[in-house]
Amino acid sequence: MSDILLDIRGLTTAFAAHTSAGGVVAKAVDTVSLTVRQGETLAVVGESGCGKTVLALSVLGLIPDPPGRVIAGQALYRGRDLAAMDEAELEGVRGNHIAMIFQEPMTSLNPVLRVGEQIAEGYRLHKGASRAEADERAVEMLRLVGIPNPAERAQSYPFELSGGMRQRVMIAMALVNDPDLLFADEPTTALDVTIQAQILDLMRELQQRRGSGILLITHDLGVVAETAQRVAVMYAGQIVEQAPVAELYAQPQHPYTQGLLASVPRLGVRRTLSPIPGMVPGIFNLPMGCRFRPRCAKAFGRCEACPPLFELGPGHSARCWLFDGAPLAEPVHCEAFKREAYA
Amino acid sequence: MSALLEIDAVSRHYHVRGGLLGLKHALVRAVDGLSLTLMPGESLGLVGESGCGKSTLARLILGLEPLDAGSVRFQGRDINDWPQTELRRQMQMVFQDPYSSLNPRMSVGAIVAEPLVIHSMGTVVERRAKTLSLLRTVGLDADMAQRYPHQLSGGQRQRVAVARALALGPALLVCDEPVSALDVSIQAQVLLLLQDLRQRLGLTYLFISHDLAVVGQICDRVAVMYLGRLVELAPAAALISKPCHPYTRALLSAVPVPDPGHARTREHLVGELPSPLNPPEGCPFHPRCPEVMDICRREFPPAFDTSSSGATGGISETRLAHCWLHKPG
Repeated sequence: MSDILLDIRGLTTAFAAHTSAGGVVAKAVDTVSLTVRQGETLAVVGESGCGKTVLALSVLGLIPDPPGRVIAGQALYRGRDLAAMDEAELEGVRGNHIAMIFQEPMTSLNPVLRVGEQIAEGYRLHKGASRAEADERAVEMLRLVGIPNPAERAQSYPFELSGGMRQRVMIAMALVNDPDLLFADEPTTALDVTIQAQILDLMRELQQRRGSGILLITHDLGVVAETAQRVAVMYAGQIVEQAPVAELYAQPQHPYTQGLLASVPRLGVRRTLSPIPGMVPGIFNLPMGCRFRPRCAKAFGRCEACPPLFELGPGHSARCWLFDGAPLAEPVHCEAFKREAYA
Repeated sequence: MSALLEIDAVSRHYHVRGGLLGLKHALVRAVDGLSLTLMPGESLGLVGESGCGKSTLARLILGLEPLDAGSVRFQGRDINDWPQTELRRQMQMVFQDPYSSLNPRMSVGAIVAEPLVIHSMGTVVERRAKTLSLLRTVGLDADMAQRYPHQLSGGQRQRVAVARALALGPALLVCDEPVSALDVSIQAQVLLLLQDLRQRLGLTYLFISHDLAVVGQICDRVAVMYLGRLVELAPAAALISKPCHPYTRALLSAVPVPDPGHARTREHLVGELPSPLNPPEGCPFHPRCPEVMDICRREFPPAFDTSSSGATGGISETRLAHCWLHKPG
C-alpha cells in the first residue's frame, strides 16, 4: 500500500548499563510494530520511562551508541529501510522528509543563534537555497506558525521569546522543508492550556494542508482524544494496546489502558478516581512475563509468560492473555526477560 | 463559623532593574489587591496560567514574603502578630517538585522528623514513633524511613513531602502544584491520598494548580487568577459548568477532553499572556478578551456578584467575577 509513510517492524532498542550486578542490557523499546499513513495522526501514549521518546529517536537513528543500540527490527520510510541507509543518505531524509519537534524548546534551541538563522539552516542545507532565500523562508515560516511581526522576531534570540513562542519556533523549524512525516514529542507539555490549544490547532491545520503523517508522542489522554485517529499505548517498552481513537476510549481492553483512563480526572465529572496501584517498573528491573502483571487486578497464572498481541477487531489489538483465542496480531517471539551480558 | 484564613487586598510588587547600567526601573505586580477567604475544612483551588502570581500568593500567606499592601489574618489574627514558630505549626506547604524539595542527603525518616526536631517536640523515641505513624498515614511502609530520596519514585517522594508537612499537625496545608510532576496513574494515587487526609484530619487546603480537571476533582471552591488579579471565584461545579468571566470560559474550553466524541466549541484566545512588567491598563484581560468594551480599557472592574438568584448560602456559595459584563443593571 502506497499511503503507508512509516512502517516500523519489530523495532527493538537496547541500552547497556553497569550496575552492582555487572553489565546488563535492557530493552527500552521491545519489538514495537507500528504504521503511520499519509494524513493521519498516530498517538503513542504512555507514562514517563515507557520508551516513547526512545522509539522516535530509534527510528530517526538518533540513539547515541554507546550506550544504546537498535538491535532488531526495521523502520521503513516509504519502503526504504532507514537503518540501512548510510549517513549521507539518512541526512537527506532526516530534517527534510522526516522532521521532529523536540520536547522542551528551552533546551532544544541554540541559545546563541537568532531563531531566524536556526530555522533557515535546515532550508539551506537541504534545499541548497542561498542565505537570502533561506532567511526569507524563515520569516515566512514564522508567519505561518502565527508569530506576530515575523521579520522582527526572526532576529530574536531564544531567551527573548516566551515558552509558547519558542515552541512555535520549534514547529517552524520542523516544518521548514515541508516534511511528509512529522514526529512530535510532547509538543505542548511545557505550555499553558490556552497556548496548547493554539499549537494543537496549528498542527492540525498544517496537517490538513499538506497531508503529512504525524506520530504524536504524549502522556496526555486529552490531547490524544483531540488530535489522533489511532492510538498505541506503551508500557515498559512494549505496545500493550492499539486501536482507533474512539474505540480505545469507549472500549479499552487491556487492563493497563483501562486503569490509565480511570486515573484521569475529567472536567465537570466528579468521581472517585481509581488509580493503578504500584508504579512503573524500571527497564533494568522488569518483572517476568507480562510486564503489567504486578499491578494488574486481573492477573492469573498464565501471566507469568509474556503475552503476544491478540487481534480483537479491525485495527484493534491488545497484549493480554485474557484475549487468548483471538487471532494473533504478531508472531510469538516474545522471550522472557534475560539478563544478558553486554556484548 | 468564622474564617480560618482571610486574605484582604494583598499586593506584592517586585522592583526590577533593566536597561543600560540597570538604570531603568520597572515594577512587576505579582499579586495585586487580591482578597480571598478560606473556611475551616474547605478545599479552595487556585488556578491560572504560569506567571499569574499563584505561587507568590502562597508565599505571602505563609509569611515567606513580605506584604506590600493588605493583610493576611489566620484564625482572626494578623500573621505578623503570630509568633513565627506558632504560625509554622498551623500552616505548612507541599511543593511542586518532589525531586528538589527533599534533601538528598537525609533519610526519609530524618526528613519527616525534621519539623519535630526543629520545634523540639517529644523525645527521640516519641519522635521516631510519630515519624513511623506519619509514614503510615501517607501510605508508606515503615522500612521506607531508612531510605534516601533517590531510592524513591516520584509518587513516593510526594508522599514523603506530605508526611513532612503533616508532622506538626497543621490546620492549613498549602499545596503548590502537588501532582503536576507526576504521571497520571501516580497522580491519581496522590490525589486520593490528599482527599482522604482532608477527611480524616479535618485539614483545610489551598490547592494551587494549572490543571482545571484536577482542581474540579478535589476542590470545593475555585479562584481563578490572571496577571496577579483575582478574576473569578465560584463553587467548583458551578465554575466548571457555568463560568462567568470570559477568561475562565477560554481557559475551560482550552482544556483537552479525554473523550474523542466530545463536541467542542473552542473559544480562541488571541495572543499570549502580557508581560506582568507592563500590564495593560484597566482590566488586565482586555487585550485578549472577545467581549471587550470601552470601559474595560479604562477601569479595573470591581467584584460583581454573579450568583444566579442573589443566593445567600454563605461564603461557600458566593460567586463573584471581576468583569464589567456582570455589572448589575
